[in-house]
Amino acid sequence: MSGKGVYLDNNATTQVAPEVLEAMLPYFTEQFGNPSSIHQFGNQVGRAISKARRQVQTLLGAEFDSEIVFTSCGTESDSTAIHSAIKAQPERTTIITTAVEHPAILSVCEQLDKDGYTIIRLGVDKKGRLDLDEYKSRLDDDVALVSVMWANNETGTIFPVIEMAEMAHEAGIMFHTDAVQAVGKIPLDLKSTKIDMLSLSGHKLHAPKGVGALYLRRGTRFRPLMRGGHQERGRRAGTENAASIIGLGVAAELAMNRIEEENTKVRALRDRLEKGILSNNTHCFVTGDPDNRLPNTCNIAFEFIEGEAILMMLNKRGIAASSGSACTSGSLEPSHVMRAMDIPFTAAHGTTRFSLSCYNTQEEVDRVIAELPAIIQRLRELSPYWAKEGPVENPDKAFQPTYA
Amino acid sequence: MWDYSETVKEHFYNPRNVGAVEGGNAVGDVGSLTCGDALRLTLKVNPETEIIEDAGFQTFGCGSAIASSSALTEIIKGKTLEEALAVSNQDIADFLDGLPPEKMHCSVMGREALQAAIANYRGEEWKDDHEEGALICKCFAIEEPLIVETIRANKLSTVQDVANYTKAGAGCSSCHEKIEEILARELEARGETFQPGAGRPDLVLEKRTVPKKSKPLPVKPSLPAAAVHAPAAAKKPGKPKLTLVQRIQKIEKAIEALRPTLQADRGDVELIDVKDKTVFVRMTGACTDCQMAGLTLNGLQQKIMEELGEFVQVIPMSQRQLEEAGL
Repeated sequence: MSGKGVYLDNNATTQVAPEVLEAMLPYFTEQFGNPSSIHQFGNQVGRAISKARRQVQTLLGAEFDSEIVFTSCGTESDSTAIHSAIKAQPERTTIITTAVEHPAILSVCEQLDKDGYTIIRLGVDKKGRLDLDEYKSRLDDDVALVSVMWANNETGTIFPVIEMAEMAHEAGIMFHTDAVQAVGKIPLDLKSTKIDMLSLSGHKLHAPKGVGALYLRRGTRFRPLMRGGHQERGRRAGTENAASIIGLGVAAELAMNRIEEENTKVRALRDRLEKGILSNNTHCFVTGDPDNRLPNTCNIAFEFIEGEAILMMLNKRGIAASSGSACTSGSLEPSHVMRAMDIPFTAAHGTTRFSLSCYNTQEEVDRVIAELPAIIQRLRELSPYWAKEGPVENPDKAFQPTYA
Repeated sequence: MWDYSETVKEHFYNPRNVGAVEGGNAVGDVGSLTCGDALRLTLKVNPETEIIEDAGFQTFGCGSAIASSSALTEIIKGKTLEEALAVSNQDIADFLDGLPPEKMHCSVMGREALQAAIANYRGEEWKDDHEEGALICKCFAIEEPLIVETIRANKLSTVQDVANYTKAGAGCSSCHEKIEEILARELEARGETFQPGAGRPDLVLEKRTVPKKSKPLPVKPSLPAAAVHAPAAAKKPGKPKLTLVQRIQKIEKAIEALRPTLQADRGDVELIDVKDKTVFVRMTGACTDCQMAGLTLNGLQQKIMEELGEFVQVIPMSQRQLEEAGL
């Protein structure tokens, strides 16, 4: 880990792996050719991109390397998938998604809602789980696309997308999954599923920012978001971000090799952190579905205090995490994920996400466990919901501010 | 994270006057939905002199909410109730060397807690008159309710109107989509149709039908026809050509017409040079680093074009550019 800081915000972004950086560097200097060019300068770059495509194919367990379309990021992949589905099937005007998707999906759906499309946002229970019976009942001939995230970015909760894709397939409906958080953390084998499209982002798996990919199952009807040159077989025009694509390829290979480590070492560290925090602090609980989530993510709600304040205090001690509080995003309300799970207001604002990577150590985890109680205690001393030893009696009644 | 001032950080990490005041005789409990923040302010008021002898706070909230609470208690200690009531949220923000636009509501919450506590001391009931909503314009920290209210009260119908009345959208212009959405909604509610180019003589819009929202047309969404940028007062054929002096006189006339407005805002503009179709000016006073300068220049350019009957471009020159040019 770089510097003296403890970086536990890997669901936001990850550090570029040294091997990735090293592989990329020549493509900024001597290997500068345009991969579409016929001469030796371009040809070699083209071959390197082909290799990267196969590396990503292997990580995803895709049947063909031509099913991988490189994009600029996860958001572009998501937008491409949704817009392609509605453009290719103009007679269908409904999209099914969930209430807890990333804004890369939700904002697009919101806009389509304004344009007259019907958007079905499946709700979740208090542990962030979907109701598959409800889902099944909504599958009909008007649905152009089902888009459901593989794993939630805030809680790490994993959705049963393989099963959901089967159900969509049976109903003759296209299925897309935003797997930005899942790729590299859990083993994938897309060829044995009915998933038609999948989005991934490079910088979540130790590749640089500004590169992503869309998995597009062979035969899936497709309309490009950007038209222009013949790059990516005409499915995503624009000169390739060669160095980053090559970096993504190396990162995919590293992730493939580390998938076991992710599910053993990283998982054990996460569990140690979670156990340590829960046993050293009162009035806090894990959000999401602890039995079914990514190995690297833990999201804890600290009651009666606010997330941004926690993050600032942690930051002062060199610890980086993130929060679902409204304040950290400048939005109106606490995280839509927490609200969808019906987490009480006074806890939702205090949700704090710790997301690990293979670069974290036990020493770092222990440091966070040791530092946290003083921060939580200090902020509770400032809180009107807190008396000396614990929350005031009937916190909701004892303190009833006039809300603006 | 936020770009907090050192003072904000200092008051967050080392807040003053934490907790309920011993022997307090006034309490104000307020909350801000925007951030989920809430604040309890307790005061110890001397009944004889009405001086606030002590103040303490308890806050459930983010860094700037805690810093604003701390600042508030520091500002009001030793003041009389009347003096304290004169403290504005801007005073709290200024005390902290400024707050990010998204966080200005934290200072509003501080002022409201103070009003609530004083009302409580006087046995009055305090009612909040400030409505919070989504932040639309980041440049000037303008929230949606104010925009909606102003549109309704003044029957506004263009983005330009909204900028003139509320300043929202007059800065970087990134929020124009959101303002257009609000306008479309409000205009529909009063039985009108929002027209993006209305009130802008420099924008000539093609005639088009507005797609009905009720029946979706996902097959071929009709895109808004591109606004054609064509100056209304394009050079008319056969018009006698103006001499340079005549042109300058007309330009000065246009500037004169705009001057009272600028001077009211403690700004001014000065004509430096005219070269072909380019008019060089210098913005002075409050105009120098005003976020509205771009808007002012557009207005000026429009006025000059109307006077001259030809297209010109107005270019502001900075002090440095003027010095380099030996002016």
